Amino acid sequence: MFKTIAFLLAATTPHFGAPADPNLVKAWDRSIPPDGTGLPPGKGSVSEGLAIYTEKCVMCHGVNGVGKPADQLTGGVGSLATANPVKTVSSFWPYATTLFDYIRRAMPVTSPHSLSDHEAYALTAYILSIDGIVKKDAVLDAKSLPKVKMPNRDGFIDAYGATKR
Amino acid sequence: MTNKTAPSRRKFLKTALAGAGAAATVPLAAKADEYITPSMTTPGKAFTPYGMPSGHEEVKRLLRPPGISPGTGGSLSPIESLEGMITPSGLHFERHHNGVPDIDIKAHKFLIHGLVDKPLEFSIAALDRYPRISRMHFVECGGNSGANAGSPTPPQLTAGGIHGLISCSEWTGVKLGMLLDEAGVKPDGKWILAESADAAGMSRSVPLKEAHEQGILALYQNGERLRPEQGYPLRLLMPGWEGNLNVKWLHRIKVTASPTMTKDETSKYTQSLKDGKANQFNFIQPPKSIITRPSGMMTMNGPGYYEISGITWSGHGKIAKVEISFDNGSTWTEAEMPGPVFPQCVTRFRMPWEWDGKAVVVQSRATDEKGNVQPTRAVWKDRVSSVQFYQYNAIQAWQIGADNTVKNIYV
Repeated sequence: MFKTIAFLLAATTPHFGAPADPNLVKAWDRSIPPDGTGLPPGKGSVSEGLAIYTEKCVMCHGVNGVGKPADQLTGGVGSLATANPVKTVSSFWPYATTLFDYIRRAMPVTSPHSLSDHEAYALTAYILSIDGIVKKDAVLDAKSLPKVKMPNRDGFIDAYGATKR
Repeated sequence: MTNKTAPSRRKFLKTALAGAGAAATVPLAAKADEYITPSMTTPGKAFTPYGMPSGHEEVKRLLRPPGISPGTGGSLSPIESLEGMITPSGLHFERHHNGVPDIDIKAHKFLIHGLVDKPLEFSIAALDRYPRISRMHFVECGGNSGANAGSPTPPQLTAGGIHGLISCSEWTGVKLGMLLDEAGVKPDGKWILAESADAAGMSRSVPLKEAHEQGILALYQNGERLRPEQGYPLRLLMPGWEGNLNVKWLHRIKVTASPTMTKDETSKYTQSLKDGKANQFNFIQPPKSIITRPSGMMTMNGPGYYEISGITWSGHGKIAKVEISFDNGSTWTEAEMPGPVFPQCVTRFRMPWEWDGKAVVVQSRATDEKGNVQPTRAVWKDRVSSVQFYQYNAIQAWQIGADNTVKNIYV
């Protein structure tokens, strides 16, 4: 009988989790999947993005996103199947939502989480405009951002097969 | 053989010279005292609250030049100077994307939410009350050994300088599946997103099934709380999976219907192929073996007896065998693995060897229990794009010269 009780205890959780504070969930749940679920209100234009980029990004990512010392953001579109592939946001990243997500959570490197949602939209628009992925007069928001088709959108193979479950 | 970078030999020579000088001035009659060392005649130091390595040791992680911020980049474990299978916690390799955060264990919160019946939050004190498991597992960065993949000529570095983004620890924590069950995953929950509380917001997607079955929320490393560099106070451990997925400073798991497609599972940690496509979700680290003695930059002691020794591991399970070749890969002889041999864990292999002093190439080749075998560099390179370096696991060859040098070569 004692054996049975011990077995049951081992198989179930002791339930020490507390109901999650909804405000904590709201504050932390900032990840943006490709369908754009969770994108915040606000919008940003290419020209606004250029101004922010010039102030906060150019020192690491270079004029027009050419890179050095930090990652190259632009160029290389169409190069992936050549002998000298150049992997950038423009040429390699499959989803524009990832760019917004990453800017908002991790950039600028010296002060992550300092950009407003508006600034994150504007920077995304500007970076994507450099290689013409969005037009020079583009304004990105929760509706338009997930619709942006990246050049390498179909360039990935699910090597593990877990997406089809 | 000796490690050029280690100070012990220099120190020994200095001491020996000093001794020789002293001997010249001391009369022969006083010689007996020379054999009574200071350690025998002087009381030793007092107790310390936390022990450190001997002051005569200078084994260190090799720091790579920092990237865009002081804490962006990595440091490599000096595997050529280590023994056994466990990496001392202070020498575990580091790979951070924006530094090591300073997290207060009392204030840290861990959240499970998304496609669950009951979103839950946990303090570390709450997690500490759950039943624990302990497992010995390696963590290897997906970019480990990349120097050999990318460099057209073999980089002349130590074994750790090339392959040091591998470490092995005993990890203790709570099974993630238990907490997912407590929150109650909804039927459409197929993936999790694991997110770090660091300044990079490091985040990765993991299929729910494997996260539930294999995931460990690690609280302890080698018997003590996780080191800050290894995710204090909480890290996700997916045994045998790419290091980057073992999210450190874990503060949130969101159950999702599909992968979130974060920066580190799209732009990085994917495997570019020759046709321009890229393999994504290359979760499991392939088998690898590295002879650490002798290895790059060491100096042989001339002909005679050596123990060849190294480390081997596979994300797919246990290592089945390690073979050594001394004839450019024509014939292979199985090394001993005195044990223990655990799945997804570093295993030590050894082989006694009598060196005739002639130039020779020594290679090791691991096979895991699933039948995966290390390829040659040429075979590995042929599978992928020229810029690809993740999950490089080709056979490492060391060229031992008649001049006692040990060099990295491609075969």
